[in-house]
Amino acid sequence: MNPLGDGGSPPPTSAEEETPMQRDRARTIFERSVPGRRAGTLPAADVPETPLEDLIPAKLLRGRPAELPEVSEPEIVRHYTRISRRNFDLDRGFYPLGSCTMKHNPRVNERVAALPGHARLHPGQDPSRAQGALELMWLLQRSLAEIAGLPHVSLQPSAGSHGELAGLLLTRAYHVDRGERRTKVLTPDTAHGTNPATVTMAGYEVVKVASNDRGGVDLDDLRAKADEQTACLMLTNPNTLGLFDENIAEITSIVRDAGGTLYYDGANLNAIMGHTRPGDMGFDIVHFNLHKTFSQPHGGGGPGAGPIAVADRIEPFLPVPQVIRREPGEAAGAGGNGDGQIRYDLEYDRPRSIGRLRGFQGNFGVFVRAYAYILSLGGDGLTEASETAVLNANYLLARLREGRTGRYAPIAFDRRCMHEFVLSAAPAKQQLGVKTQDIAKRLLDYSFHPPTVYFPLLVDEAMMVEPTETEARETLDGFAEALDAILAEAEQDPEVARNAPYVTPVRRLDEVAANRKPVVRQLLDSAA
Amino acid sequence: MADPSYPDDLRYHAEHDWARIEGDTATFGVTWYAQDALGEVVFFEPPEIGSQVQKDTAYAEVESVKAVSDVYAPMSGEITEVNAAAQESPELINSAPYGEGWMVKVKLSNPSEGDELLDSDAYQQLLAD
Amino acid sequence: MSRYTSNTGPDRDAMLEAIGARSIEELFEDIPEDLRLGRPLDLPDGRSETEVYDRLSELASRNAHAEGEVSFLGAGMYDHYVPAVVDALTSRSEFLTPYTPYQPEVSQGGLQAMFEFQTAMSELTGLPVSNAALYEGPSAVASAAYLAIGATGRKKLVASRGLHPHSRETMVTYSAGFGSEVVEVGLEGGITDAAALAEAVDEETAAIFIQQPNFLGSVEEVEALAAVAKEKGAQVIVACDPVALSVLKSPGECGADVAVGEGQPLGNRLDYGGPSFGFFCATQEHIRRMPGRIAGEATDVDGRRGFALTLQTREQHIRREKATHNICTAQALNALAGIIHLSWLGKRGFVELGELLVRRTAYARERLGAVVGVEPLHDAPVVREFAVRLRASGGGRVDTATVLRLCAERGFAAGYPLGRDYPEYEDCVLVAVTERRSRRDIDGLADVLSEVLSMEEVEMRGQAQAPVPEQVAS
Repeated sequence: MNPLGDGGSPPPTSAEEETPMQRDRARTIFERSVPGRRAGTLPAADVPETPLEDLIPAKLLRGRPAELPEVSEPEIVRHYTRISRRNFDLDRGFYPLGSCTMKHNPRVNERVAALPGHARLHPGQDPSRAQGALELMWLLQRSLAEIAGLPHVSLQPSAGSHGELAGLLLTRAYHVDRGERRTKVLTPDTAHGTNPATVTMAGYEVVKVASNDRGGVDLDDLRAKADEQTACLMLTNPNTLGLFDENIAEITSIVRDAGGTLYYDGANLNAIMGHTRPGDMGFDIVHFNLHKTFSQPHGGGGPGAGPIAVADRIEPFLPVPQVIRREPGEAAGAGGNGDGQIRYDLEYDRPRSIGRLRGFQGNFGVFVRAYAYILSLGGDGLTEASETAVLNANYLLARLREGRTGRYAPIAFDRRCMHEFVLSAAPAKQQLGVKTQDIAKRLLDYSFHPPTVYFPLLVDEAMMVEPTETEARETLDGFAEALDAILAEAEQDPEVARNAPYVTPVRRLDEVAANRKPVVRQLLDSAA
Repeated sequence: MADPSYPDDLRYHAEHDWARIEGDTATFGVTWYAQDALGEVVFFEPPEIGSQVQKDTAYAEVESVKAVSDVYAPMSGEITEVNAAAQESPELINSAPYGEGWMVKVKLSNPSEGDELLDSDAYQQLLAD
Repeated sequence: MSRYTSNTGPDRDAMLEAIGARSIEELFEDIPEDLRLGRPLDLPDGRSETEVYDRLSELASRNAHAEGEVSFLGAGMYDHYVPAVVDALTSRSEFLTPYTPYQPEVSQGGLQAMFEFQTAMSELTGLPVSNAALYEGPSAVASAAYLAIGATGRKKLVASRGLHPHSRETMVTYSAGFGSEVVEVGLEGGITDAAALAEAVDEETAAIFIQQPNFLGSVEEVEALAAVAKEKGAQVIVACDPVALSVLKSPGECGADVAVGEGQPLGNRLDYGGPSFGFFCATQEHIRRMPGRIAGEATDVDGRRGFALTLQTREQHIRREKATHNICTAQALNALAGIIHLSWLGKRGFVELGELLVRRTAYARERLGAVVGVEPLHDAPVVREFAVRLRASGGGRVDTATVLRLCAERGFAAGYPLGRDYPEYEDCVLVAVTERRSRRDIDGLADVLSEVLSMEEVEMRGQAQAPVPEQVAS
């Protein structure tokens, strides 16, 4: 295996020579606009060409057209193809972003999502005429319920953060229904930022719970903080350090005894499928990131989907509409079947529901891909996917314990990990004068995407590495060797990493200036 | 950013803030240590003139590219002036934390609170610990 | 069955040896024994790619979609033509498979696309700041409520009944967390009742919410409504259809503080409701209260132009419990489809599209209105959608579901029934027209409605009967 990514030889250690990509300076589609050019054409007018002002009062009409670019179709294709090449992507190389589960995106999923029966199905179609879609959603619900160990699922939330909000609004509804007004939500200090942000949006106050010296929840601190004001504990297990909290049963029972609900952030579900289940650990609400665990492509920042699975005590409050299956023999008068056939439907009549979280039924296109993925792997394949994810992470960790990485960027909590692990480059900073940020940037020259950096916050100079199950052993070896090579360079000359990257389309950006005077849109001549 | 300095004519708060007390008014800002820890300041959000600040509580925010920090009031009082120059050019907070990078002027409600603040030596001792 | 993994048995053995573990099982030893599942997942075993394709294809075949019928369904999502270049470009690995652009040096393509998208949305809405997209329309409306509450310190939200019912319901759901209340203002002649709005807005009002065009398709007089809100210091939130903004005065020009909406009509397929994208634009004053990612221009150490996520201190990963929103993953790829579609239409094509819609919709409203039993619900100006009330040819009340079913059996999805969301419009449907619906399609719908409304079985007899679900199409 070539340890140098797809570069073939060690990348340059300075920026003396501009690469062709660097010479090609960024130009926006608006800057490629030439008056009179166009791409799209429309169907010929087949109705009377009445002046617009006769149909809509002039005072409601736009005074001048929006300044959209004027470009030909070949120019559009070339422009977006060119800028696409300025992206690193999962299909090009290793992308070990911790907490993001950058696993292979199977192309059959794209193919089935694009079938007209899915892609051109209107969300307002009568349920009786969308039985295939509703059955698919129902089957996905059942599959997710089994994986989570919780019986009820709503597919509606659009991403993990949306699932979290759903979870806390469900928690609120649950307590209100019991006549209780609780005010606090517990989150560990290792939590994803979405957890505390969600707590505030849901009208609760964040109470932080400390970690113990094994990277798990500090039980004494939890006992001290769980009380009659505790509405919920939000937790991910394995946590953001990639460690499975052995005390999980005790953690959930402490919160349950205090009267709170238990929320499982499913960002790290890829570690445990088929091995243990959040429901069995004592959680009430789980969100899934279909764009992490279930192979929906990340798209450069979405789309995703964040379905939730819940326990019986939470079920009455699930959002509307809920996808349901009506069995043969249910009374026709109740919307059931007179004709002895199974029917799928959208149920709106849920009096204690928290209501809707978004338009229509959710990110159905993502459901199609996730369901295709589950069908492809099956129960056995999902279990094996988690095994291989954990194997790959432990193997990479073993490789990184050796040599320079072990010396300069040791593991933060010295334990076996699950699907990801966190290194601390604090020794590199002290002894070599290169920070995590510098190592990350130098990795770009080696054609590797860096790990998640500076998270979780409790680890100094953190690097959070998640290889996923879809990477081959030699890729992991290559990454380990690249990190070693970067630290070897730093032993010789720390400036190499400090000034990296050198061969990327642009080099380090002046984000300070960009934030002091933000330019967030292009100013166009006629808009000035 | 120049070398660390902690002028003797200022009083210091353990949250890395300073006060220049002149009778029943004072000027507040953040210390050299605070601006260094935060990195290059990109944004300063001052409070409104006329609002009340309470000793030991946050009255403003400063931001770097990837961090946000509360600025704590070393003493209580009413905001009489905010540093518009620092709002316009937040780099002043880095380049001159005790000078052009000051943050607010306050009419003190309890000037004796100054006695509870640290002098330069005590503050530097705190940093050393 | 192992799919999408690469390591063979010998690989695994070598890896375990390097780890110093005897078995993979040993790697899971931190999971307490009594919490282990201890049985296989109760799911079918894995299948081959061809079997997966066939199964999904079979499910898809049981949906009646816009390729197989003449569809006039709208109500927030529209069957516009998605140009082939959108599919070709958005399916490129370089756009499809990266994560959020946290490392700008290797994410310039995605970041530049965001910057271009923001520029286009800012142009459309007439507001200077756009983010790089939210999840979708109704939750974007609720996000605007969160901004308004934060900006004003007030908690009353005044929403027009012309706001999409899903937006109103989502705002009510979120209000349980925001501690806000939603007050509804009715419609008069198909548009927001201005007098009622003036009555509802007071010094406690954080914002008013108007949809343009509104859910019934009518063009609202946003400027006048905005003025009412501003008098009381309330924010003006306009939920808008981006395609209608090709011809309508922009929300910014009408006095909006925030313009949000559903981006599906820009380059995104129907997908039974998602994924699409939500957009969020605001005045400069709100730039640090914006939710979601924002790309900004930046310069690299050698002076090259580049782009980076900017103002990130607003976001959850930095500001945590004080963040302006909890959103992380949004809809970047869908927003990319949006900017490609807008570029493809271009400055002139976009206006031509808007004009075509206005004219075809006007034709359709007139043509359907001439059918005995079909009566436009109002005569307010419309862009691409309108509501009609249905009667039997003989004048009797009809069962809307039966009418729609009979139309569907004749190959037409005639419209979206309003009854679930508007009990007062139990016998009304919303008819949407896109550039894909020709005059012939519209004439066809008129003929089918004419035939169906004269059939005896559409008439309501005595007590309303629960509709019996009919056979699935094909």
